[in-house]
Amino acid sequence: MGSGGMGAQDGMGSGGFAMNPLRDPSNILSQRSVYFDFDSYTIKSQYRELVLAHAKYLRDNSNAKVLLQGNTDERGSREYNLALGQRRAESVKNAMLLSGARDHQIEAVSLGEEKPRATSRDESSWTENRRADILYQGEY
Amino acid sequence: MRNYLHPLSFYVFFLFLSIMHAPLHAALNIEIFGGGASRIPIAIVPFSAESRLPQSITTVVAADLERTGSFRLTDSSGLTPHEPEEVVYADWQNRGASALVIGSTTILPDGRIDVRFRLMDVAKRTQLTGFAGTVPADQLRAVAHRIADIIYETLTGNIGVFSTHIAYVMKQGNKYALQVADSDGFNARSVIEYTEPIISPAWSPDGSKLAYVSFENKKPVVYVQTLSTRERKAIANFKGSNSAPAWSPDGSRLAVVLTMQGGSQIFLINAGGSGLQRLAQSSGIDTEPSFSPDGQSIIFTSDRGGSPQIYRMAITGDKAGVAERLTFEGSYNVSPRYSPDGKSFAYIHRNGGKFNVAVQDFARRQMQLLTDSRFDESPSFAPNGKMILYATEIGGRGILSAVSSDGQTKQRLSSQTGDIREPVWGPLLKSQRTGNFVN
Repeated sequence: MGSGGMGAQDGMGSGGFAMNPLRDPSNILSQRSVYFDFDSYTIKSQYRELVLAHAKYLRDNSNAKVLLQGNTDERGSREYNLALGQRRAESVKNAMLLSGARDHQIEAVSLGEEKPRATSRDESSWTENRRADILYQGEY
Repeated sequence: MRNYLHPLSFYVFFLFLSIMHAPLHAALNIEIFGGGASRIPIAIVPFSAESRLPQSITTVVAADLERTGSFRLTDSSGLTPHEPEEVVYADWQNRGASALVIGSTTILPDGRIDVRFRLMDVAKRTQLTGFAGTVPADQLRAVAHRIADIIYETLTGNIGVFSTHIAYVMKQGNKYALQVADSDGFNARSVIEYTEPIISPAWSPDGSKLAYVSFENKKPVVYVQTLSTRERKAIANFKGSNSAPAWSPDGSRLAVVLTMQGGSQIFLINAGGSGLQRLAQSSGIDTEPSFSPDGQSIIFTSDRGGSPQIYRMAITGDKAGVAERLTFEGSYNVSPRYSPDGKSFAYIHRNGGKFNVAVQDFARRQMQLLTDSRFDESPSFAPNGKMILYATEIGGRGILSAVSSDGQTKQRLSSQTGDIREPVWGPLLKSQRTGNFVN
């Protein structure tokens, strides 16, 4: 999962003694990455459920906050890629806002091409890097 | 060369000396490709007693001049004049030199070095210019660059930029360093080093500060750092991403790209971080601003027309905020930079599967491709407008490169280690131009 995924704090309204849903591998909330097509920032249908689940979690836990980090593949200008990654993060943010999360709970930022998760120079790496990650407070 | 045994061994020793120095300075080796049609043939005689110095002067002068593509070095072996009266002009005419550089060095009792140099016109048998000064040993490269500037200016009529500096980001393993080096890549030193990425370095117009984007806070934040004190300040750290700093020509403000109001949009902010002002409004991406030399307009990358293209916009006056599209060839034109005279701009053009350096004249509106490598980024003009510095990729790592703005001469400045990105050529400083380094 996203970098620093083990750093999540308990007690963010996750509900008593149950396992933190953000870290429960059987819970969709443990999934934190949304992948995008080349040169696209449209959320694909297979990630709708994931994004809506996080939006609902934010709606139900008004103290919870997330950092959305957009990423791109390595091809092209660094600053333009930073802007493309920002669009991906903002796509996820907008979907979350439409589903009940509040603006102050979400910061959308971009890492552009600067923090690739996969570093080979091939299509599979580029696919892996066209991504937005959802990080809860304490995880970054 | 073969007929002069003693001077040959001197020459070899000289070569040896310069090789020995290379690793000490974390040298960027320079390779030159192509070259202008009419090069000025120039002979450079090693200065007297130069071999006793910790740093050769004339090898630096020769490399500076050769890199411009405007000079051809003529064989000087076997002839060792150091004073005008020792010059036998006929010898140099026979070797095809039209200009001759001679000089002397003297180590003073206090350890400083007295350097004297003269540029001679071989055909007219006269001195064109000369210069004398006393410097500490660690300033020998600086003196050499100053001498090269004087020679270049005297013989070409253009401003010399050898005494300027460059900045770039070097990635080594997981470490990112923002480095400043002499214009020839020597004397590299880190301004900052982090384990998180650094991008988009930008020189303040007076050369005293660098703006850059650091990811140390898990998001892009724009910092301004003073080189002499290393003091740094986050000048744009708003909600969302903060990036693409560009200094106004008077150094009072920066254009930055912020996403605090949604989307990547260009704002102006005072150099101290106050006085935020939105510059333009678009529904698309606006980024990579570059100020015109008169400070009246910016050029920038925008995808408002469906693909990333370069636009120009006035920031004052009646037409402030109205953008005019400048690039029409191809579907990807990014990273624009104004030329120092404001008459053209350099940018990156996607050329099939390649990313290359291009220039366009504002008057003619014609794209001229200057490079044909696989992946070039971040073109940046030398302050005299004659060269464009950029990064190219060879064997998976970034290499500093430069191309003459007419595309005739390309040079590669390669470091032994590390991956070099986003070079930016620093400004020409008044002290460098007038150059009275004496004492």
